[in-house]
Amino acid sequence: MSTMPLYEDAADQQRAPLRRFRAGLEPYLYIAPSVILIATIMLVPLIIGLSYAFRDMQLINPFSGGFVGLEHFRNLWMDAAFWLAMKNTLVWTLASVALQFSLGLVLALLLNNPFPGRGIVQALVFLPWAVPTFLSGLNWAWLFNPVVGPLPHWMAALGILPAPENILSDPNVAIWGPIIANVWWGIPFFAITLLAALQSIPQDIYEAAAIDGAGSWRRFIDITLPFLAPTIAITVMLRTVWIANFADLIIVMTNGGPADQTQIVSSYIFTQAFRRLDFGYASAIAMVLLVLLMAYSFAIILMRQSLLRR
Amino acid sequence: MTSSARSTPYWFLHYGLLAFYVAFALFPLYWLLKVSITPNDLLYSEGIRLWPSRSSLAHYTFVLAHSDFPLFFKNSLIVSGSTAVTVTLIAALSGYAMSRFDFRGKMWLVGLMLITQMFPLVMLVAPIFKLFSPLGLTNSLTGLVVVYTAFNVPFATFLMQSFFDGIPKDLEEAAMIDGASRFRAFRQIILPLTLPGVAATLGFVFTAAWSELLFALMLVSKADASTFPVGLLSFVSKFSVDFGQMMAAGVLALIPACLFFLLIQRYLVQGLTAGAVKG
Repeated sequence: MSTMPLYEDAADQQRAPLRRFRAGLEPYLYIAPSVILIATIMLVPLIIGLSYAFRDMQLINPFSGGFVGLEHFRNLWMDAAFWLAMKNTLVWTLASVALQFSLGLVLALLLNNPFPGRGIVQALVFLPWAVPTFLSGLNWAWLFNPVVGPLPHWMAALGILPAPENILSDPNVAIWGPIIANVWWGIPFFAITLLAALQSIPQDIYEAAAIDGAGSWRRFIDITLPFLAPTIAITVMLRTVWIANFADLIIVMTNGGPADQTQIVSSYIFTQAFRRLDFGYASAIAMVLLVLLMAYSFAIILMRQSLLRR
Repeated sequence: MTSSARSTPYWFLHYGLLAFYVAFALFPLYWLLKVSITPNDLLYSEGIRLWPSRSSLAHYTFVLAHSDFPLFFKNSLIVSGSTAVTVTLIAALSGYAMSRFDFRGKMWLVGLMLITQMFPLVMLVAPIFKLFSPLGLTNSLTGLVVVYTAFNVPFATFLMQSFFDGIPKDLEEAAMIDGASRFRAFRQIILPLTLPGVAATLGFVFTAAWSELLFALMLVSKADASTFPVGLLSFVSKFSVDFGQMMAAGVLALIPACLFFLLIQRYLVQGLTAGAVKG
């Protein structure tokens, strides 16, 4: 207030706090629409959904709605389909992330080397990312279908399959159908983020290492990987959570079948809510998934902090 | 690491691997296109030939003239377009606040927005249906726009923030010294400078809304409010032998997505790192 002129009159002095109040209020006006929307469409339903986990909520039964305590969780514990979905979620997430990441890394390394036609190649290999997920799922389901798709015939010719059959209807291998579709669709994500990280590595480090006689493998291990490590850690962690939640491809391609062999937890939640209209049970499963994902994220944060401390 | 430093065998491997990636990326789309133009009588007799001996657009004319797909396409355009515009407006405001202001609770807001990107959205399917049906927002395009807008605002806010961060603060400060209000400076000076960012945000949100399936399935049961994914999926379960027509419809669904992909291609890195978890 030292800059305020001495001859300022009383009315101005009264207005100053008001002006300051309005200036302080300003950022909240800018964020208000976002906050209100997120609160009403995401937080309120989230809390209501959590309460469903302890209630008998069936859409087709108007007399439902009563409090049932932990009954859903007791049923869940005994539900073989749920445990199968847990196992499938692990397979689905680990296989998808590992393949998307390794293939994405190789693609990023290839694209990081300047060559004629790089722009057009880049646009072509990133295109699957733009394909709507339901269409990716249908597209791959058709490719695996021996009536219109070539894949069963090719796999039979190569001796991978004994006869040109649809792998999506074979309970032992059906899960690999959605995994392959997911890898196809998700490689660009890893390739794009890793390529951005690669391009931010200062080139003179490589030149200095080359002068010191380091071969390309040594330069990759000693320069590229350490520079990429933070990006790799954060994208793999976030992507793991995202893919564990990602049910679209499974719903579209197999609907969890045959015999629940491709059901993951999030598609199981959707099936319970959408086909059986059992909102209470669906919410109980959702709560378990939420707790597991929170535990996973928390463990990652703890691990990161203990690594940083060392 | 210049290209001349690499040996010839290296380049063989390099181009060989890239050819594999390009083939893997394009083959499913190529097959979609191929089946969509194969006449039905050739589909089964010619099996897995790479190109049919005769092609026709019969599947496309059928889908456009005798099915509900034009309606689904229109519904999807309305939903995705309104969502993209609404989200971009709201996210421009909140992204600007995140970029320019330091306010109490900012860390909480960032945390809230990050959490919304992490938790399983599928758990909201049941409660949102229950909340929306007495309000008349089920079986309605408005209901879908509301849901999609809320889901995309957090990611779009981070994206817009990253574009505002690239514009020097002096610009609106100068305008404010000249007597303009901050909001006017934002609208007339900052926003026009972020137009590429606005376009990228529109593209990302449009693509996301165009692809959304689960909430559309749950919230819409009538054909006249169905979006394209819902329409295509119910078509698949009803007439699962008309492969040519299904794939012709699939190619139609691909067109807007590809157009928007071209629009946002330059901003892919920014978009993916802003959302971090956005697909």
